[in-house]
Amino acid sequence: MTLAGWMQLAALVAAVVVSTRLLGPYLAKVYGDERRAPGDRIFLPVERAIYRACRVDPDREQRWTVYAYSLLAFSAVSGLVLYAQLRLQGHLPLNPDGMKAVPAGLSFNTAVSFLTNTNWQNYSGESTMSHLTQMGGLAVHNFVSAACGAAVAVALIRGLVRRRSNTIGNFWVDLTRTTTRVLLPLAFAGAMVLVSQGVVQNFHATRTVKTVEGATQSIPGGPVASQEAIKNLGENGGGPYNANAAHPLENPNPITDLLIMWLILAIPFALTFAYGRMVKDQKQGWVVFAAMFALWLVGALIAMPLEAGGNPNLSALGANQQTTALQSGGNMEGKEIRFGAVGCGLFADTTTGTSTGSINCAHDSMVPLGGAVPLVNMMLGEISPGGTGSGLYGMLIFALTSVFIAGLMVGRTPEYLGKKIQAVEMKLVVLYLLVVPIAILSFAGASVLLKTALSSLGNGGPHGLSEMVYAFTSVSNNNGSAFAGLSGNTQWFNTTFGLCMLIGRFLLMVPVLAIAGSLARKQPVPPSAGTFPTGTPLFAALLTAVVVIVVGLTYFPVVALGPIVEHLAGKF
Amino acid sequence: MRRQLLPALAMTLCLTVLVGVMYPLAVSGAAGIFFSHTASGSFVRRDGRVVGSALLGQNFTDPKYFWPRPSAAGADGYDGLASGASNLGPSNPKLLDTVKERVAAYREANHLAADAPVPVDAVTGSGSGLDPAISVANARLQTRRVALARRLDPDEVLKVVAAHTQTRQWGFLGEDSVNVLELNLALDRLGGS
Repeated sequence: MTLAGWMQLAALVAAVVVSTRLLGPYLAKVYGDERRAPGDRIFLPVERAIYRACRVDPDREQRWTVYAYSLLAFSAVSGLVLYAQLRLQGHLPLNPDGMKAVPAGLSFNTAVSFLTNTNWQNYSGESTMSHLTQMGGLAVHNFVSAACGAAVAVALIRGLVRRRSNTIGNFWVDLTRTTTRVLLPLAFAGAMVLVSQGVVQNFHATRTVKTVEGATQSIPGGPVASQEAIKNLGENGGGPYNANAAHPLENPNPITDLLIMWLILAIPFALTFAYGRMVKDQKQGWVVFAAMFALWLVGALIAMPLEAGGNPNLSALGANQQTTALQSGGNMEGKEIRFGAVGCGLFADTTTGTSTGSINCAHDSMVPLGGAVPLVNMMLGEISPGGTGSGLYGMLIFALTSVFIAGLMVGRTPEYLGKKIQAVEMKLVVLYLLVVPIAILSFAGASVLLKTALSSLGNGGPHGLSEMVYAFTSVSNNNGSAFAGLSGNTQWFNTTFGLCMLIGRFLLMVPVLAIAGSLARKQPVPPSAGTFPTGTPLFAALLTAVVVIVVGLTYFPVVALGPIVEHLAGKF
Repeated sequence: MRRQLLPALAMTLCLTVLVGVMYPLAVSGAAGIFFSHTASGSFVRRDGRVVGSALLGQNFTDPKYFWPRPSAAGADGYDGLASGASNLGPSNPKLLDTVKERVAAYREANHLAADAPVPVDAVTGSGSGLDPAISVANARLQTRRVALARRLDPDEVLKVVAAHTQTRQWGFLGEDSVNVLELNLALDRLGGS
């Protein structure tokens, strides 16, 4: 890796640390119990108007069950509206290219994909979706699905903080405030920088131009910058164009590339600081930050040099992959010159450590162990640093697992932040930890036995297995990135991916809310000599180890059969 | 749960108006005022006629032009409505065969020795299939062919390449690159037949 590559990594780390420190306290005020928060004068009138229109009483708190019902009802209804938009696209305005109705199976898959914050795409945006569908349908879910994730995380924090309380907040308020106070301002600022650098933002029809040599080329338009900003800020990842953030009109240069990676990482990391604020013990927040950061950094340090090292199979054919003053070199299949192989490794780690799934290079063409980084990142449950909210509650679930394991070692009832972690909570934690692996392994297992499913693969051998497992891992963890050689627009995949996305979203969120409700009711116990302190570097190390061990035991066999066999057999 | 359905629908509509209509319109409005060139697609003109976007690669096959990277976008490559990569795995025989052919073709077209190493970007497809750039090494190796076709001094062509080399932004972001469309247009302005 070059010095420039290291500096790029360092710049991103610096940006993330600074924004965590600045954005964290702000988030704590947005979700805190104090009556006032910064920006009330601008935001409150808008929010009050929304509450009034929706007949929501913002001061009325909800039990966890009602909170969960609200979340589920909102997801179901907004998903149905999106489905209708897709089916009726041909009759709706802002469709200068005359895009037709999206077929039923694909509409189901796409609606589920966006409402669950996954943004798996079995279509190419530039040839399927109208401008209205992009901005008034898909991008809306980029905002609200992220806000739902944040809401659940905040509800869990309230569960930890409150004592003898039946309620964990109001879903509608958390949803609204996340959208207006966090996502909208940041997305607007991000979109303006993006458009200044070359990301398009217009409502033109596709423009056909005569090229220099006299051929024709179609250049698509669309409200791209506004969507690009939120799709990354909200860890969604669904690009307006098929090539996603590898597309020059979505991500034109290295500055926008850095900005996009920062947009992806900013909120999940800042939420850890907000968490520390809200539980009134900043060390707790930094422990979570440290575990997330360590896992993210390790991924980057593996993927970046591996991709820069190139593909030995291509060297044997006469391709020069060395890094010199005249070329960046490396494994360049599926990568853009302006980002280079190093830029691909960093982006791939970032987009899969979160639940984003946007890409600036083709993951399918990464070297076997380089491509294993995004795969394993997703298998970890996307907690490095994870999705908007979902990263934080995912890591807190692992924190509960860690205190439980530590408690088993000394034979005491585990505690976390003074709350006793008992059978009810642990059952829910185990449910949380098992649901996704079961979905991934059974559906991927079934698919490799089915001829119709296998015919969708773009690559054979162990790489084909990786492709299949990657797809189910991505949808079940609501990531959305792909080993895109797999053609997923078939009845089998549209349906099973849809199911996996729903399972991976709501069968995790509802147990988290149940845990929040259960914890909120408890009276905290004062720390004693037997309490395992959770605000220490030791706990951060234990937490990281538990994540790696729990996931390692679950997925090691399938990772061994995919990327590791490919690495060993393919002379890499 | 039924009692939540009405607020759910109302909330969907309210937030759609806010973030699905007002937000993109506000971005479009501001972009139109401050960044109208980039917002519409960074179009490049020659003699007043739009010939492409500075950000998007396009096919060049004439020996007098620098050639872009191979492209997986559409049947002929560089199709703006079919962005995407080959998605071939690193040991896929299809990838290896293709690269082998491309290496041979590149050597022949650019009058290189039969065992000359070829810059990797010249024989691999990009992630978008629309990569506007090639590496400096790739541009330099094509210089001889271009100069011969245009009956120009290769040094003169090299100078144009150097003038159109975009170095790392801020000195360390991304990689050095040469924008093929802008380079070729600059050569056309220079003349030569």
